[in-house]
Amino acid sequence: MAAEARALDPAALAGHRDHPPRMGFFTDTSICIGCKACEVACKEWNAVPEDGLLLTGMSYDNTQGLGASTWRHVAFIEQPGADHDGLRWLMSSDVCKHCTEAACLDVCPTGALMRTEFGTVIVQDDVCNGCGYCVSACPFGVIDRRPSDGGAHKCTLCYDRLGAGLMPACAKACPTESIQFGPLDELRERAGQRVAELHDAGRSEARLYGEDPDDGVGGAGAFFLLLDQPEVYGLPPDPVVTTRELPRIWRHAGIAAASLALAAVAACVSGRR
Amino acid sequence: MISMDTRRWIESWPVFRQVAEHDPFGLGAAVKSRRTDQLEPRVRRADEVVKSVCPYCAVGCGQQVYVEAGRVTQIEGDPDSPVSRGRLCPKGSASLQLTTGDAREYRVRYRRPFGTEWEDLDLDTAMDMIADRVISARSTGWQSHFDGVRTRRTLALASLGGATLDNEENYLMKKLFTALGAIQIENQARL
Amino acid sequence: MAECHPVGFQWVMEAKARGATVIHIDPRFTRTSAVADRYVPIRAGADIAFLGGVINHVLNSETYFKEYVLAYTNASTILTEDYADTEDLDGVFSGLNREDRFYDFDTWRYQGGDVRPASGDRSDPDERPHVRGRVRQASRGEAHGSGGAAASAWPETDDTLQHPRCVFQVLKRHFARYTPEVVEQICGVSQEQFAEVCRLLTENSGRDRTTAFVYSLGWTQHTTGVQCIRTAAILQLLLGNIGRPGGGIMALRGHASIQGSTDIPTLFDLLPGYLPMPHAWGNEDLDTYVRAETVQKGFWANTRSYMVSLLKAWWGDAATAENDFCYDYLPRLTGSHSTYETVLAQLDGTCKGYFLYGQNPAVGSANARMQRLGMANLDWLVVRDMVMIESATWWKDGPEIQTGEQRTEEIGTEVFFLPAAAHTEKSGSFTNTQRMLQWHHEAVEPAGDARSDLWFTYHLGRRIREKLASSVDDVDRPVLDLTWEYPLRGSLDEPDAEAVLAEINGWDAEQHPLSAYTQLTDDGSTACGCWIYCGVHADGVNQAARRKPGQQQSWVAPEWGWAWPANRRVLYNRASADPDGKPWSERKALIWWDEEKGRWVGHDVPDFIADRPPFFRPSEGATGPAAISGVDPFIMQADGKGWLFAPAGLVDGPLPTHYEPQESPFPNLLYGQQHNPVRQLLRHPENRYQPSGDQPGADVFPYVTTTYRLTEHHTGGGMSRFLPYLAELQPAFFCEVSPQLATERGLEHLGWATVVTARSAIEARVLVTERIRPLEVQGRTLHQVGLPWHWGPNGYTTGDAFNELAHLALEPNVHIQEVKAMACDIRPGRRPRGPALRELVRRYQERAGITDETGTEV
Repeated sequence: MAAEARALDPAALAGHRDHPPRMGFFTDTSICIGCKACEVACKEWNAVPEDGLLLTGMSYDNTQGLGASTWRHVAFIEQPGADHDGLRWLMSSDVCKHCTEAACLDVCPTGALMRTEFGTVIVQDDVCNGCGYCVSACPFGVIDRRPSDGGAHKCTLCYDRLGAGLMPACAKACPTESIQFGPLDELRERAGQRVAELHDAGRSEARLYGEDPDDGVGGAGAFFLLLDQPEVYGLPPDPVVTTRELPRIWRHAGIAAASLALAAVAACVSGRR
Repeated sequence: MISMDTRRWIESWPVFRQVAEHDPFGLGAAVKSRRTDQLEPRVRRADEVVKSVCPYCAVGCGQQVYVEAGRVTQIEGDPDSPVSRGRLCPKGSASLQLTTGDAREYRVRYRRPFGTEWEDLDLDTAMDMIADRVISARSTGWQSHFDGVRTRRTLALASLGGATLDNEENYLMKKLFTALGAIQIENQARL
Repeated sequence: MAECHPVGFQWVMEAKARGATVIHIDPRFTRTSAVADRYVPIRAGADIAFLGGVINHVLNSETYFKEYVLAYTNASTILTEDYADTEDLDGVFSGLNREDRFYDFDTWRYQGGDVRPASGDRSDPDERPHVRGRVRQASRGEAHGSGGAAASAWPETDDTLQHPRCVFQVLKRHFARYTPEVVEQICGVSQEQFAEVCRLLTENSGRDRTTAFVYSLGWTQHTTGVQCIRTAAILQLLLGNIGRPGGGIMALRGHASIQGSTDIPTLFDLLPGYLPMPHAWGNEDLDTYVRAETVQKGFWANTRSYMVSLLKAWWGDAATAENDFCYDYLPRLTGSHSTYETVLAQLDGTCKGYFLYGQNPAVGSANARMQRLGMANLDWLVVRDMVMIESATWWKDGPEIQTGEQRTEEIGTEVFFLPAAAHTEKSGSFTNTQRMLQWHHEAVEPAGDARSDLWFTYHLGRRIREKLASSVDDVDRPVLDLTWEYPLRGSLDEPDAEAVLAEINGWDAEQHPLSAYTQLTDDGSTACGCWIYCGVHADGVNQAARRKPGQQQSWVAPEWGWAWPANRRVLYNRASADPDGKPWSERKALIWWDEEKGRWVGHDVPDFIADRPPFFRPSEGATGPAAISGVDPFIMQADGKGWLFAPAGLVDGPLPTHYEPQESPFPNLLYGQQHNPVRQLLRHPENRYQPSGDQPGADVFPYVTTTYRLTEHHTGGGMSRFLPYLAELQPAFFCEVSPQLATERGLEHLGWATVVTARSAIEARVLVTERIRPLEVQGRTLHQVGLPWHWGPNGYTTGDAFNELAHLALEPNVHIQEVKAMACDIRPGRRPRGPALRELVRRYQERAGITDETGTEV
C-alpha cells in the first residue's frame, strides 16, 4: 500500500500538499552530440568546482563519472557497430536519477537529503554533516562527498530554478534537446513515442532506461533512451534501491515483536485460566 | 503562554513537523531547512538583464547577462533568439567564467627592453608611451615612394586583431591606422 | 559542425528528424560523424578531387538542373580561342608566367562584347612582370568578396550548350578525368561510397528539393583553398542549389565577428565593404582607381559612390571634389602585406612596432616559432587581451628560452600588456556567420585598467592627434583631418559605439541617416563608412539591436538583428524563382514576382531590384543596375550570372584543379603539375619545406597530419585553456592515431608521441582510436595523424602548440596558410628538451636532404 503510494506520488508521501507535478529529465541519447554543454552549464549555475585535469583515454570522456563535483557526466563509447562501416560512437549525458524510492534519502540520518515538492531529491548543504551513508546507499554511485567541504553533493535538478519556474541549467543549454525537462508523465509519454519512432526506423536497439515504475528504484525521475545495454554506458542494468529491504526487515521485526507480544498475552490469558 | 520564538522552536522540531506536515518518515516537508525554504535563483535578484551575444564562434547565439549590484552574476542563452533558441554550447555556457574568472588580468603590465620581469605601469602613462612610439615608428619607417611610384605609407607599424572585435572597433582601427599610413593591418579573418 | 558549432547544429538535427539525410565527409570521425547518416573518411587535402568527381558524375549522368543552369549560370557563354585548359597543358592554364609565378588572365575571357571595357579595366597597369606579380599578390580577387569582378557584360552565348568553347563544354572536358576510379585513388574513398554520395546529392536537388553544403576551415586552409570553395560553387550551381531555401554553401565561421572583420576589414588588402585598398600601380588617383575597380553592369558599377562616401566619412569637410575627396590620403599597396609578410618584415627589421588585439600568434599562427622570432626583433609590442597569453610572455619563458637559443636579458622588445574588456563590458555589434549583425549591450563597466578596444583605439588616436596638432608636415594631414569626434560616456570616457555604427551606416548632406546603399552618391553629399552596412542605422534606429522574439516571427525572422545587404537573409534569392518569376516549386518558394503589385514579394527581402519584372531585358550598352535583366539573379556579377567558369577575380585559374598540398607523400595522379603553380611561398631559413611525392627524402615524412578544433576549446586557447570548466573537459594536448599506426610506430595509448616536421617537433599524449582510419591511397596505406591546435605553454591546461609544425605556404588569392594537410613523421616518446630539440629537427632536415630550394618548384 505504502510502496504503491510512493511510486505514484513521492512528493505527497514526503508531506508536500498541493504540490506541483513531479518533474524530471528525459535524456534522449540518440540525439546527444557529446558537446558537454550540460556539464558546464550545470557547473556555472551551481558553482560546482572544477573536478581534476585527467586525460582518461576513455574516448573524449575526461569527466569519468558523476560525483560530488560533477553532476552531469557525458559518457563517450567507441564501439564496433553497424552505423558507419563498423564504428559507432555513443554519447550519453548521465545525471542523478531522482529515484522514486531513493536510498540516499532513506538512509540520511540528518534530514539533509530531502524530497522536494517536485518529487526530486536534493541535499541541503546547511544540514548535511558529511556522514556519507548516502554515498554507499546510492545504487548508481551518483552522490559523493567533496573533500574540500566534507559535505555530500549531487544534482539538485536545479531546485532553486524550479521554484521560480525556470528550467534546469543543463536542459536549457542542451543544443539538440537531448536533455528534456518537464512533468514526468509527459516525458514518459514522449519517450514512449520516441522509442516507437526509432523502432519503426529500424533501430531496434533503442530502449528506455529508468522509466519503469516497477523497476528496482520505483522508476527514476531522470530516465534515458539508450542505444545499447545500460552496462555499455556504465549504468547498472538492474538497480535496486538498497533500502528496499528495510520495510521487509521492519516487517519481520514487527511480526517478531507482535508474536512476542501475542505470546505474552497468551501467557497472561492462559495464566488467568 | 508560549512565546512566538518558542513556538517556532517547537514547530521546527522534526517530530512535530513530521506529524504536522504529513511527512511521517521525515523525507520532505518536515526536514526542509530554513535556507532551503528561502532558496531563490540568483537571476531573480538581478537588477538588470542585458541582451548580449556569445563571444565564441560565429553562430551568434543570444545571451542574457544578469547584473546584480554592478556585477555579472549569470550568463544564459536567450530563448528569444531565432538563431539559438536559448541554447548554448559548453564554451558559451562558460561565458561567466570567461568574463569573471580568476584568469583575467586587470592591470597594465610593462616589460622594459632587456628586462627580466614585468613591472607596474599606470594606464595613462602606458597610453602616452604607446602614442609616442607610434609617432616615432611611423616616421622612421615612412615610405613616400617605392620603385618610383607613390606609396605614402609606413611599414614600421603592424597590427593583428582577433575576430571577437566588434565591427565598431574594427572600423576605428582601420580608420586610424589607414590615416597613419599603416597597411599591415590584419585580422584572424585571414587565417 | 556538431564539433565546432553545436548550437547551429540543432537545425541539422531538426532537419534530420524531419527526414533530411546528413552526409559527413572528413578525415576524422567526429561528433558530427557520430550522428550523420553517412560518414565518408577522406584524405586531408583531396577535396577538390572528390567534388570534381561529383561534378563529373552530374555532367555525365545529366542530373544537373537544366533550366536553372541555362537561365542563371554562364554555362552558355563562349570563351575566346586563346583559352587553354589544364587538359591541354598538363595541369596548368594558359597564361602561366613560370619565372615570376603568376597567371596572366587575358586568355580566360568571354568572347564578344567589350573584351576590354572602358569601365572595369582590370588590365595590367604596368607591363613589367615583377609589377604584375605584385599586383596579383595584393589579393585583387578578394576585393569584391560579395561577388563581381571584371568580365564582359555582353558576351556571346550558345543556348544549345553545344559550342565547343562554351563554358558547359569546357567544364565537361576539364572534369572528365575526375572519374570514380581517380577519386578512389586520390581520396581513399571507395567507389561504392562515392557513388552513393553522388546519388544522394542528385536525388535531393532539383525543383522540389535542395541540398546545402556546409564547410569550415577544412576547405579553406589549403594552398588551393579558394578553388575548393569554387568547386562546391560549381556543383551547387549545376544542381540549382544557390539562392534557394535549404540550398547554398555555408561557411561556418569560427569567431563571433569574423564575418564582420572581413566586411569592415582589418585586412591589408581591403577597405570597408570589399573595396580594394589602392594599389601603387593603377590606382594613382580616384579616377584611375574607379576605372580599374568598377564593373560595367550590376551594383559594383557604383563603386565611385561607395568610395567617395567612405572618404567623406573619414575625412569629412576636408574631403572635397577638388582634392579627389582626399583619396591621396590613402596608403598604397605594392604586393602582399599579409600577416605572414609582416613576420618577415619584423625579422628583417622593417616592422618595428606591433599591436595584438585579442590575437595570440605565438601559438595561434602558423609557424609559431617564426612568429616569436619576429616579435623578438621588434622595438615594441602592445598586447591587448583578457588573460596572459603566450604572445605577451614569450620573452620570459617561451620555447626559444627553453632551447637556449635566446636569453631574456638579450631580447630588446619593449612589451606593453593592456587588459581588455569582455563582451559584457562594452557595447557593439558582431556579424555572425550568416552576415547578420547583432548588438550586444554593455552590462557592466570593465574593472581596473581593462578597457574596450574601441576605447583604446579612440584614445590612442586622440593622443596622437594632440601630439601632432602643431605639425605642418603634409604627411600628418590624413591624421589631423580625420573625423575623430565621438561622444564619450560613463566614468571611463568610453566612446559611444552606436555613434560609430551611425557613421558606418552613413548620412546625407543634412546629416539624416541613410537607409540603403542605393542612396549613396559620388558627389560628396553622402558619407558612409561601409556601404554594404548602409541601412543598419536606418531612421536613426540601431537595427542590429532589434530583438523581436523568434517565436513571434516568420521562419525567416527578419526582425531579429540586421543582415547585410538590405536585411536580405538569402543572397541571390531571385534564383529561388524560375525565369518567369514563379517559385520553382511551392515547397521551395522564397520570393516571387507579383504581377498585380508589379514587385517581387515573398518571405525574404528580395535580393533583386524590387520592381524589375522577370521579362525585362536591358538595351545593349546599358550600364550599372539598369543593365541587370529580369533573369540575372547574380546582381553583383559583371554578367549577372552564376559563374561555372570564373573569367576574372581568381589568380590561380578559372576552374578548380586538384593539386597536391605543399607537402604531400603522394605525386599528383591527375597531372604532371604537382602543386598549385602560383601558391605563395615565403623562403626563409626558419620556414623550410619538405620534399613531396616521388622526390628523394619525401619518405622521411610518410604520414599526413591535419589540425582541428575540439568542442571544448576555442582557437589558440586564449578563451578556453585558461578556464577550469573547459580545461577539465579536454585537459591535455593529444594526437589521435589509428590502432594500425600505433602498432607500426610503437605508440601506446595515453603514452607520449613526438610529431616532427621540417620546422619543429612537438609532443602530445596518444589517443589510439578506430575513429582515425588508415586509407588506401594510390595503392598503399596512408596513416593520418589528428592534432587539435588549442594548446600552448600558458593557462590552466598546457601543452605544445600545433603551429610549431606548420609551414608558410599560402593560398595565392587570400594568403591563408596550409595547416589542414601536411606531411609529418611520428615517433614514440617525449620530444627532446633544451638544444637537443633543434638538433632533432636539423637531423630530420638533413635526412630528407632539405635545402632552401626544396618544395619551391613551380
